[in-house]
Amino acid sequence: MISTLYALLFYIATIVLVVGVARRVWEYWRIPQPVKIALTPAPTTRSGVVVRMVREVVLFETLFKSNKWIWVFGWVFHFGLLLVLIRHLRYFTEPIWWWVSLLQSAGIYAGFAMFFGLIGLLIRRIVVNRVRYISAPSDYLMLLLLLGIGFSGLMLQYVVKTDIVMVKVFFLGLLRFDLQPLPTDIPVLVHLGLVVMLMIVFPISKLMHAPGVFLNPALTMVDNPREKRYVPSRANGQ
Amino acid sequence: MVELVIDNKISNTSIDDPLAPPCMTAGAMEGSKPYVAAPEHNEKLGFPGELVDGWQEKAIARMGEIARTNRAFKVYLDTCIKCGACTDKCHYYLGSGDPKNMPVARQDLLRAVYRRYFTFAGKYFPKLVGAVDLTREVLDDWYSYYHQCSQCRRCAVFCPVGIDTAEISMAARDIMDHIGMGQKYCNEIIGKVMDIGNNLGLNEKALKATMEDLEEDIEDETGVAVRIPVDEKGADILLITPSADFFAEPHIDGLIGYAKVFHAAGVSWTVSSYASEAANFGLFIGSQENTAILCKRIQKAAKDLGVKRIIFGECGHAWRVAYNFLNTLGGPFDFLDQNYPIPQHILEFTWDQIECGNLNLDKSRNDKFRLTFHDSCNVARASRMGDMPGGQFEIPRNVIKAVCNNYFEMPEETIKEKTLCCGGGGGLLTDDLMDIRKKGASPRMHAMQQVEQDHGVNHLVAICAICKTQFAKMLPEFGFERDAILSIHQLVSNAIILEGQIDEDDDDDDIDEIPEPPGASATGVGS
Repeated sequence: MISTLYALLFYIATIVLVVGVARRVWEYWRIPQPVKIALTPAPTTRSGVVVRMVREVVLFETLFKSNKWIWVFGWVFHFGLLLVLIRHLRYFTEPIWWWVSLLQSAGIYAGFAMFFGLIGLLIRRIVVNRVRYISAPSDYLMLLLLLGIGFSGLMLQYVVKTDIVMVKVFFLGLLRFDLQPLPTDIPVLVHLGLVVMLMIVFPISKLMHAPGVFLNPALTMVDNPREKRYVPSRANGQ
Repeated sequence: MVELVIDNKISNTSIDDPLAPPCMTAGAMEGSKPYVAAPEHNEKLGFPGELVDGWQEKAIARMGEIARTNRAFKVYLDTCIKCGACTDKCHYYLGSGDPKNMPVARQDLLRAVYRRYFTFAGKYFPKLVGAVDLTREVLDDWYSYYHQCSQCRRCAVFCPVGIDTAEISMAARDIMDHIGMGQKYCNEIIGKVMDIGNNLGLNEKALKATMEDLEEDIEDETGVAVRIPVDEKGADILLITPSADFFAEPHIDGLIGYAKVFHAAGVSWTVSSYASEAANFGLFIGSQENTAILCKRIQKAAKDLGVKRIIFGECGHAWRVAYNFLNTLGGPFDFLDQNYPIPQHILEFTWDQIECGNLNLDKSRNDKFRLTFHDSCNVARASRMGDMPGGQFEIPRNVIKAVCNNYFEMPEETIKEKTLCCGGGGGLLTDDLMDIRKKGASPRMHAMQQVEQDHGVNHLVAICAICKTQFAKMLPEFGFERDAILSIHQLVSNAIILEGQIDEDDDDDDIDEIPEPPGASATGVGS
């Protein structure tokens, strides 16, 4: 019963996430950008823009210039999350890809790093009066949701061990549309339930900053208005 | 560590740190509002004269229209993560402490309404995401706080996802224009350009007379007949410069500088009485239609006069419009000589002449000045000079260092792409906003006080008509002389020795010479 419910939830959440994000990206992509608004100094070539964006999303360079604390917490959280996600690929692949096994131990530390980053961001949101002023309830809830996922995940790792093989069989089953039972330990259900929630709110929340940053005209436009006459059209962005 | 994390400073009392976060005071600037435009000023730009019936629905409709036609607007409203990185970056917040002057809070005034009417979460769970109905109170807040933004993009430089508050502020003003809540200063001026050709309302006859007087002044001073041609058909270069250059101090000394450089370079040039304005306030009110109308005037003037090149004088937002939008909104410019940048900045031209050795310069003629340079926001963050990114920082500095000996930089966090706005940009350069102008200028003024203390700096150089006017008003408020603001081309004008120039007596210099302050380097050239 619970297994069927969770299977259903994961299918729905996956569709909402993939279709929702794709639709939003498509929507942004179709909106023309009327004039050049590159934030200068900006690259003068398309490859330069690629470099700018890679540096931005890998190093969070702007945030580093802007505020060291947000940078530390934000960067540690995001890269912790990335490693954790990579580590979780082991529950969806058989045999496990070699590079996923390679990152196995790093992925475990990353769980703590992610948690630490989120706690830092939450503390900042509460104690820095400027950040508190701009925070809506949803901003706290988003952090709490991520913290809940991280906390329940760490619990599963270190405190209340569950039948992890059974969890893997469940997810491999989902991939093949072959329903398998899920362990019904509370931490597993909490962890997975929160993940489902995150997937569903992703396309209608500020989490859209992840794809959105790549569609930001100020960052992605090539600084060449004199060299090449800019004519706005649908889906140009350059 | 906790103390560092909190970084809530108590107050901004010392001049040592122009960027210290202020004590937060909610509602401090609530009462700051510019005059509302008269009906005829709104109607001239194609907007309703007064606040229309059913303005809520019309405002929401216009907001939806912008969201469908302007990618930046939509992406910026949707992707703010509320991280707080921008909260201590706006000069108006630093100067006023009003939390609604924090960039993200300023955006949220509009974002809250957008969420209420256009997003799932805001429609069904408004409290959760801070969505609000568009009420009269909200509109009043918009009018107040979107006219406390100089659209300078400093916050965008510090935003990890690159959100530019200027885009939101322009859109907000455009929405307000569409329901008849236009701002007097901007709308009246745009109308004046449409009628007469420039912000000052200087007609053809007056312009020609003024330029003739100026030619006489230059000849009296130098003994050389330097021309400032108006409407001269067949000239190679059309100079588009802010009309303040024709009239106001210290701007006019910059115009004399351009004229001398053109003279020394031996090129033929002209200004146009039809397009006698570089400024384009259409940008400030976020109206592409009106921006385009003013851009088209430049294209028409260039065609009518048969010029080969267009060069822009010293002006910040005008250079943004010229550099980024002119080709799109006022072009094409396929009839101009394609071997030159279209358009070109006067500093690009002058630096080129200096590099080629065409100008005879005597730096010592500027020895009475100890100078620092104010990067104008629109030049720094919304344009370029030369071929390389960052040329907009290097070329002005190169020219300054080529014409003077005593140059010093203000603190690194307040220059180049991190430059602080003068406080008067974005359509705020009006007497009814004097209070917020002064508060917005204070971080820059404190940075200048710092180099005054460290290096004895006594003059500020700028390349923007708005900056120059704003600083002429602000400098005395912060203990400097009113005329401590200079054009770069005023310095060029001082240093240049034209062929056949009768050298002035040097006794001027003796009087103005100032003692070397303690701690200054022997050569005086800092960087």
